[in-house]
Amino acid sequence: MDHVITSNNLTKKFGNFTAVDRISFSVLKGEIFGFLGANGAGKTTVMKMFCGLLSPTGGEGSVAGLDIFTQREKIKKRIGYMSQRFSLYEDLTVSENITFYAGIYGLKKNDIKEKREALTERLHLGDFQNNLISSLPLGWKQKLAFSVALIHSPDIVFLDEPTGGVDPVTRRQFWDLIYEAARQGVTIFVTTHYMDEAEYCDRISMMVDGRIEALGKPSELKTQFGVKTMNEVFLKLARK
Amino acid sequence: MRIIFYMLKKEFRQIFRNKAMIPIIFVAPLIQLIILSNAATFEIRNLKIYFNDFDKSTYAQRLKNAFVQTDYFILVGESTNRDIAERKLELNHADLVCEIPVNFGKDLQKYGHAKLFLKINAIDGTKAGVGINYSQNIIQKFTSDIAQEVILKTNPEIAVELPYAVNIDYSNWYNEKLDYQTYMVPGLLVLLVTLIAAFLSSMNIVREKEMGTIEQINVTPILKYQFIIGKLLPFWILGLVVFSVGLFFAWLIFNIPVAGSLWIIYAFTCIYLLAVLGLGLFISTITDTQQQAMFISWFFFVIFVLMSGLFTAIENMPVWAQKLTLLNPLRYFMEVIRMVLLKGSGFQDVRIHFLIIGGFSILINLFAVWRYRKIT
Repeated sequence: MDHVITSNNLTKKFGNFTAVDRISFSVLKGEIFGFLGANGAGKTTVMKMFCGLLSPTGGEGSVAGLDIFTQREKIKKRIGYMSQRFSLYEDLTVSENITFYAGIYGLKKNDIKEKREALTERLHLGDFQNNLISSLPLGWKQKLAFSVALIHSPDIVFLDEPTGGVDPVTRRQFWDLIYEAARQGVTIFVTTHYMDEAEYCDRISMMVDGRIEALGKPSELKTQFGVKTMNEVFLKLARK
Repeated sequence: MRIIFYMLKKEFRQIFRNKAMIPIIFVAPLIQLIILSNAATFEIRNLKIYFNDFDKSTYAQRLKNAFVQTDYFILVGESTNRDIAERKLELNHADLVCEIPVNFGKDLQKYGHAKLFLKINAIDGTKAGVGINYSQNIIQKFTSDIAQEVILKTNPEIAVELPYAVNIDYSNWYNEKLDYQTYMVPGLLVLLVTLIAAFLSSMNIVREKEMGTIEQINVTPILKYQFIIGKLLPFWILGLVVFSVGLFFAWLIFNIPVAGSLWIIYAFTCIYLLAVLGLGLFISTITDTQQQAMFISWFFFVIFVLMSGLFTAIENMPVWAQKLTLLNPLRYFMEVIRMVLLKGSGFQDVRIHFLIIGGFSILINLFAVWRYRKIT
């Protein structure tokens, strides 16, 4: 299987503070890779380095076979990104947001129209196309933001705590969208705080203080630490 | 190209969706133009004068009348008490006190000269200077009137000793009636266009940082120049529209003459706006919140305005300050718009201004684009 994301001793320092400390791992094509860790463990920093938003201090890394030091702009065509800070324009409507992002990814006019229709149909947003984003419930915004991150058919999509602040039912619906994308061959790189979501991932890594302390399938990790739930795995690692 | 088009579409939508924006962009500048051009004047009228008349002669009375009859002075009171007069000055109830000593009238008649004492509140230096000028003119007129009378009254020897009234004829070129609006309105127009362009552009980009949407833009393959053009072009267009609307009203309401070519004015405005927008972009690259952007824009704006020659003539500034104004883009626009609108200067006359503002635009934009990063 292909490795679509690789990292070898990847490091990021902010002054004297080492946010990410020589981490090494790789993600397979089509995998749902969960990136776990406590607040401030360095998850977002790692993700931003892969997305070309932060320049790494040392080590190596690649996304879709492209180097994260020298080929950032090429990487951007191949990835989608949904940040934990909500990234649609609140003062634009649903369809204006879709059109805008599709437009700046360079999609053609007809493709944009097609994508927009398919997307609003799938999310049952047809009647809300002309509503401002600010008027939508959070759960809808998240689903829309995820779909917009996929608008240019990227190989990999990075999701930074995509389901913060919504109820379990809405979260479950969001994960249905993730599975659907994964089935179509999109690699999912997702950070989360919710341990039930960790169970949905193919593989997960646990980050503590800038280092990866554990990596494997959820079942493997539970056996390794001799516990029954991911929650306990998390607590054991985070308290170390 | 297509990507820029989508950027522009989005920007215009956002600008006009914000209901508060249209009044801010179009109505507020016009109101400012109308209010400021009437209020911001160097003409000083209604100076408050207080008399200490210890003489009470008919001459003293005539002198007082001479002051009060003009538009420039209003009488706020008189007495023979110096303390009251000084108190009036202290409390700002009077701008100047004119003391007419005992025997003023007698001396004038007898010796042909007499003493007067003027006390002026010089906290506002300009006002005091103008007040002295006005007073001197009035006193000169008064003495020459007396002189003529004395000559008529068969006392020619004394008349010779009386000061001669010097008549100076003025001719004000380019602004014949010394109309302050003609002088101020083009300058205010420049100021308003600068305000709109600098503030709105810097705050717009910083707003994306505040909202977090800039991150989403930065993970797209959009190129730096596409983003920047998409961000600045709308304000360039808005700047030109605001300028045109303002110019139209300046012509309609204030009868501002258009002696020169509008083409020159517009060509200059186009380049000038690039410089201001470049500055806005630069400010947005060094700030993270709209508040910071606002504050820094304000910092530059105040310096630019006060050192533009609009309120203080550049020739009156100390030499180091005059040199500093050479770095002020507002100064050049101020000169060009006055030269072209009021004097009818042609392109040859403002060629150097074009060169400087062009150079300024290129430099600030290069610098801002270099500073703008998609990555941190």
